[in-house]
Amino acid sequence: MKRAEHWGTRVGLVLAVAGNAVGLGNFLRFPAQAAQNGGGAFLIPYLVCFLLMGLPLLWVEWAIGRHGGQFGHHSAPGMLDKLGTAHWLKYVGVFGLFTNLCIAAYYIYIESWALAYVFHSFVGTFRDIAPTAFFNNFVGADHESIFYMPREALFWFLLTLALNSFILSRGLARGIEIAALIGMPLLVLFGIILAIRALTLPMDSPGIVQSPLVGLNFVWEPDLGGLGNPKTWLAAAGQVFFTLSVGMGSIHCYASYLRKNQDIAANAMAAGWTNEFVEVILGSSIILPIATAYLGLEAVQQATAGGSGFSLGFLALPTLFNNWGWFAPLAGAFWFGLLFFAAITSSLAMGQPILAFLEDEYDWPRVKAAIAFGVCSLFLGLVCVWLYPGGAFDEFDFWTGTFSLVVFALCEAIIFNWIFGVDRAWEEITRGADLKIPQLFRFVIHYVTPAFLLVVFVGSLISPESGNWVAAFHSLLSGNGWPFAADSVIGKIFHVGSDYRWFDDAGHATRDLVMDGTRVLLSLVFFGIAWLVYKAWKKKEGAR
Amino acid sequence: MTTSAWIMLGITWAVISFFTLYFFAIILRRKGNKDT
Repeated sequence: MKRAEHWGTRVGLVLAVAGNAVGLGNFLRFPAQAAQNGGGAFLIPYLVCFLLMGLPLLWVEWAIGRHGGQFGHHSAPGMLDKLGTAHWLKYVGVFGLFTNLCIAAYYIYIESWALAYVFHSFVGTFRDIAPTAFFNNFVGADHESIFYMPREALFWFLLTLALNSFILSRGLARGIEIAALIGMPLLVLFGIILAIRALTLPMDSPGIVQSPLVGLNFVWEPDLGGLGNPKTWLAAAGQVFFTLSVGMGSIHCYASYLRKNQDIAANAMAAGWTNEFVEVILGSSIILPIATAYLGLEAVQQATAGGSGFSLGFLALPTLFNNWGWFAPLAGAFWFGLLFFAAITSSLAMGQPILAFLEDEYDWPRVKAAIAFGVCSLFLGLVCVWLYPGGAFDEFDFWTGTFSLVVFALCEAIIFNWIFGVDRAWEEITRGADLKIPQLFRFVIHYVTPAFLLVVFVGSLISPESGNWVAAFHSLLSGNGWPFAADSVIGKIFHVGSDYRWFDDAGHATRDLVMDGTRVLLSLVFFGIAWLVYKAWKKKEGAR
Repeated sequence: MTTSAWIMLGITWAVISFFTLYFFAIILRRKGNKDT
């Protein structure tokens, strides 16, 4: 009989869960979303969604996790199986493994970029080479073939993957918890140093074109007119959703190592609010003020089009740091070090459910499970590295990092409320609580949160061109059909806006071929995991 | 920075900092993984 694992300290657990939530999105996606959705107008819907959807969903996931842990299940299939008597419940839990495995594959690839950039910042690479040229060369995007394998990127990817597998193999208290106890304080320290430097940049220093406070003002100037725009609300709900790492199965997994009567109410709040501290306070005070100071607000708005701060974070900032003299290499190392710590504490949380599944349901030893996670991530990650220029990376991100999360969160909210039952659900959330949760949240968890999730789900399914819902309804009512956005789920499935073909006139493979191939691969992974779940339960039934 | 931006920033930062510290205080006061 295996000895049950538990967390070493409560602070360690909370920092591990906060580290899971704090990721690249806090520093890259949040400021870009705020910049693209009316600045201060974005913050009000964001905070409303955080209170009505984010926090309740955190309680739901912690409760499902702790409940499943009492039955020896530390991954989503077993946890969901214990929420009711129906056989299909465990297969909903497949999402909780599928998303973690597939997101880890490409997320660890980005994590490895951050680690590589720490090194290159230290050695002064960006003084000689423009970051855009460096990046394109690094990932092989400047190569003619879409099947090019970039050597340096591969080296850093393997190194980062090995580091993740090693930490995971050390176990909960000696691996993940120690990584969180070191990584999270350092991340906050680096963030505070950079934020102070960003907000105190003197106007007479070389290269400055605008006050950094103009960037800060843009995020915080309230524009109440934007509150009537559905696009702003959907963007805010989406950001809250992704920043808290809900709908993945990783929070469930961490919570499952708690004992039956240990608090989850206060733990969930501490982790959730820590994420908000890092996102809203630090996330809004670094990238936008610095970029605005050196590039101007207009350029910043252009660079964040599409809602990603990636180009500012990886392509613009390394050059801008060059204006900081002796501090430039340190600033670069702090910035990418911060991104690396944010990323690794998240990728470890993606690995743990996979290990837990293999340990619980197949009785694998931890080291063997960690190696299996590393090998699977390597295989899937290599597809991302190899086919990055062909768009495989974007496909992974969309289907696993966006769509699957919403589907799983919606399913778990419905199952927890209506199959497990709201009375038992409320008892599970409040048992052993170190704080009294207002009764109002019982209503919110039962009705409001699932309704929010349904809106986000439908929104992602049919979001219209340019996010213009009013124009889309006009188009529909006037008989011109619904103008699906290319990045809506329906738009993606039917390749809206693309001249769809697998080979170009010269007979070369196109991005469409890579995208379709990636979808087939992801489907195989999903059904492969479902088969493993089936086999595990079959084995258990046979043993009874 | 406009006055309204400072007010928005001030209120949001204060609320988030307060709740982060408040919940951490609860956790630090009742540390136990072993006390339940």
